[in-house]
Amino acid sequence: MTAIDQSPTMIEIKGVHKRYLLKQALNGIDLQIKKGSIVGLLGPNGSGKSTLLKMMAGLIYPTSGTILVNGREPDVRNKQQIAYLPEIDSLYSWMTVKETLQFISAFYSDWQVDKASLLLHAMELDERQKVRNLSKGMRARLKLIAALARKVPLVLLDEPFSGIDPMSRAKIIHSIISEFQADEQTILLSTHSVKESEPMFDDVIFLQNGRIKIHDSAENLRSEFGCSLENIWEKVYA
Amino acid sequence: MQLNFNNPKPIYMQMVDEVKKALARGELSPGDKIPSHKERAQMSQVNPNTVQRAYQEMEREGLTETLRGQGTFIRNDPALLQTIRSEMALAAVKLFIEEMQGLGIEPGETERLLRSQLYDESKEG
Repeated sequence: MTAIDQSPTMIEIKGVHKRYLLKQALNGIDLQIKKGSIVGLLGPNGSGKSTLLKMMAGLIYPTSGTILVNGREPDVRNKQQIAYLPEIDSLYSWMTVKETLQFISAFYSDWQVDKASLLLHAMELDERQKVRNLSKGMRARLKLIAALARKVPLVLLDEPFSGIDPMSRAKIIHSIISEFQADEQTILLSTHSVKESEPMFDDVIFLQNGRIKIHDSAENLRSEFGCSLENIWEKVYA
Repeated sequence: MQLNFNNPKPIYMQMVDEVKKALARGELSPGDKIPSHKERAQMSQVNPNTVQRAYQEMEREGLTETLRGQGTFIRNDPALLQTIRSEMALAAVKLFIEEMQGLGIEPGETERLLRSQLYDESKEG
């Protein structure tokens, strides 16, 4: 089975370039992502991971080329179909955990209250705590709840594990696997923590200097290289 | 469950092997109910699609059967255990032969070594 099989397409990107003022972030990306998969977006800092995810979320636009998410160009309107977890921390420190989730839920008609409380429990967060008193790992958990409590076809997670403790990381991975709806959802996740997230991935994309170096199923890559994704990473970016 | 991501054997096949080993060791018996693929994914922290593929493979090999609304069961076939044990034994022997060939050892020598080692261990045991 190849990475791109008969499943319908969730994301289709053709010849995308993105130029910031002083930096060429994406250098001709062609990419198809099928529905119902968990895809790992891997690459060193500055390889274009965040740019690509923001583009799929409709937050920035390509300098040239086309991008279709679920058959449409991403913009403000189809944000309703996408849950995006930004790398930066955008939570209000003066709110409690409960208030934060209530606040976020007001923006989305697809918010699932029961799922949010389920996740809150699974992530062992105290809803009475103020955001300002949460550790970095706890804030990362809260951000993930905000992304996973929505019922959307596309979930984009930008570095959900960066700088957080192994315990929070394990909890987050557990929740992603538990909540993933393979028949109606696609999850894209950028990370440096290849070792921990490897078991989650159907497919992986290795980015380098704004280009796709490798895009294949995790199983294919492991049998081709004869080693884990973690070790492939070291070979690819050596 | 020990999954080895450095093993070129696909993860879903490793999961199938785990069930077979559990059967061979008697930890699972024909007719036993096994967790749903969703539960299994959560327990082992593995991609649900991979687990589903393992379950499809087990069904295809006749290892399990799914009863609608009841779940997945180890197929209740007394001959199943014997089949799996011989299948796994054969695989182990093949691996052994491959290793010996890799060392450049002739079949006659391999056989002699195996016999003498088995003899020694039977005396010790």
